[in-house]
Amino acid sequence: MNTAEHPAASAQTAQTPAPPDRLEPMVRIRGVHKRFDKVEVLRGVDLDVQPNTTTCLLGPSGSGKTTLLRCINHLERVDAGQIFVDGHQVGYTARGGKLHEQSDKEIAAARRRTGMVFQQFNLFPHRTALENVMEGPVRVLRQDKHEARTRATQLLEQVGLGERMHHYPTNLSGGQQQRVGIARALAMDPKVLLFDEPTSALDPELVGEVLDVIRCLDGRTMIIVTHEIGFARECADTIVFMDGGSVLEQGSPQDVLNNPKSPRTENFLRRVL
Amino acid sequence: MTILAQTPAVEEPLPVARKAHPGRWLAAVVLALAVALLARSLVTNPNMQWGVVAHYTFNSIILQGLLVTIELSVICQAFAMIIGVLVAALVQSANPILRGISAVYVWFFRATPLLVQLIFWYNLALLFPHLSLGIPFTGMSESWPMNALISGYTAAVLGLSLNDGAYMAEIVRGGLLAVPPGQVEAAQSIGMRRLKILTRVTLPQAVKTMIPPTGNQFINLVKSTSLVSVIGGGELLTNAQNIYSQNFKVIPLLMVAAIWYLVLMAILSTAQYYLERWVAKDQPAAHRPSLRTRLATMIRQKERA
Ligand SMILES: Nc1ncnc2c1ncn2[C@@H]1O[C@H](COP(=O)(O)OP(=O)(O)OP(=O)(O)O)[C@@H](O)[C@H]1O
Ligand SMILES: [Mg+2]
Repeated sequence: MNTAEHPAASAQTAQTPAPPDRLEPMVRIRGVHKRFDKVEVLRGVDLDVQPNTTTCLLGPSGSGKTTLLRCINHLERVDAGQIFVDGHQVGYTARGGKLHEQSDKEIAAARRRTGMVFQQFNLFPHRTALENVMEGPVRVLRQDKHEARTRATQLLEQVGLGERMHHYPTNLSGGQQQRVGIARALAMDPKVLLFDEPTSALDPELVGEVLDVIRCLDGRTMIIVTHEIGFARECADTIVFMDGGSVLEQGSPQDVLNNPKSPRTENFLRRVL
Repeated sequence: MTILAQTPAVEEPLPVARKAHPGRWLAAVVLALAVALLARSLVTNPNMQWGVVAHYTFNSIILQGLLVTIELSVICQAFAMIIGVLVAALVQSANPILRGISAVYVWFFRATPLLVQLIFWYNLALLFPHLSLGIPFTGMSESWPMNALISGYTAAVLGLSLNDGAYMAEIVRGGLLAVPPGQVEAAQSIGMRRLKILTRVTLPQAVKTMIPPTGNQFINLVKSTSLVSVIGGGELLTNAQNIYSQNFKVIPLLMVAAIWYLVLMAILSTAQYYLERWVAKDQPAAHRPSLRTRLATMIRQKERA
């Protein structure tokens, strides 16, 4: 078996520590504004996400966490500001002092650099678990079908679903569906993985199995919106606290969770802990 | 001890008595009588001339008409589905001009009676005596007389396809709307582009909701082919009319046509049932019962009601 293709192997190489100050951030967000009708949901968000780190996005309901995450792969248009993933601007090209939306083709190419795991899983119901994972590599990356199948099988085994590859989503539990969702995102070999509350649609007893899978991805660049403070404390390299459409504070879990600087962060933590 | 022994260890659960439905039985008897009387008057009516019906059922001209009916239906439905998908895709387009064109198309062809459209296409030569195709400003062009191009058959194909296409566009649009928006987002998130999302994600899922109305539409189309008889399309009804205009056996030949339409419909309904079952293959087994269990459930539900 080709070790270079093995997901665990690539995760290990990604873990090799590098001095963080010399690295170009994997995701760079600058002054992003976004409004829905009259409501300003993002009010100038600035954020850097370093390569091979896990960033957990916390904040009260309605603070704009989902919206920010969706802007990173251009599922949502922004009104101002720029987002770069791996050095490439997402969704827009700056020309003549203005941002011009990219073509369908360029946007699709930008989206391939990010993988997204949805709160509601959003698996393709008319395809089996294996077909869900193979869809991107075969149809978008035009990989050879046999190679894609081997790789998809490995990924499904990695998330503990080797036995259920040929099941349709309706025949899988929520936790299993979400693990297929993670495998589907991984299959595209994205630079960044985005998770929007990956466990909040799950029955409590299924949360653990999904968090375990995400834990095993340590070493990749991940941005995780979550309400699981315990998980964030344990796994995050950086915790970002959002409120009212902007980043209020960020830092290591110890700093943000134990000694919050802002009273609003403190308030939020007191309510959820 | 003795007392305990006398009590039966497991009590027989009391069975539920079957509910009596006297009203239902009465209705059934009255209906059966009515049907029997009607059937008798039809069967024994000498004007029905069942012998003539039997004689013409497998008549070669009738069978040829039947073949044309099937052929017209299949060809026009195929065209209509292609038109439907294209127009429904245009409706979703970001370009307001394309959206406008598709809206006008659907409006126009649903608003005017099919019969009017068929007669119009048949008489196209009155409007454009010649069809010319050419490359502008080059002087290269070719011209054909319209009357040679538009036979009853081509007029039928044009009219039925364009009319049915407008309805199919609405069916496809409805089917696409029923696909949850999360599906499109999931497809976008793995880098799919618009056309691929349509062909790989939304359309395959829309098919499930599209089958029942499409089945309806196809059944309508098969019957609508009979309208083609006014422009001599050579289908089942035209051929039946041709025969009875010579031998004046009007009722028996209409019966022959009706019998064949009934047979076609029975085949189509069965085919639709199996098609629906097949596309439900991603559902748990309980959601795709066999024909027998489905009938049994239907009867039980009726009893409960
Ligand atoms: N498509 C939309 N149209 C209009 N308003 C929207 C839309 N999506 C989000 N909003 C509004 O934007 C605000 C931020 O929403 P967002 O989903 O980003 O919050 P969130 O931090 O993810 O909250 P939660 O923790 O509840 O998921 C909310 O007030 C929401 O009502
Ligand atoms: Mg949210």
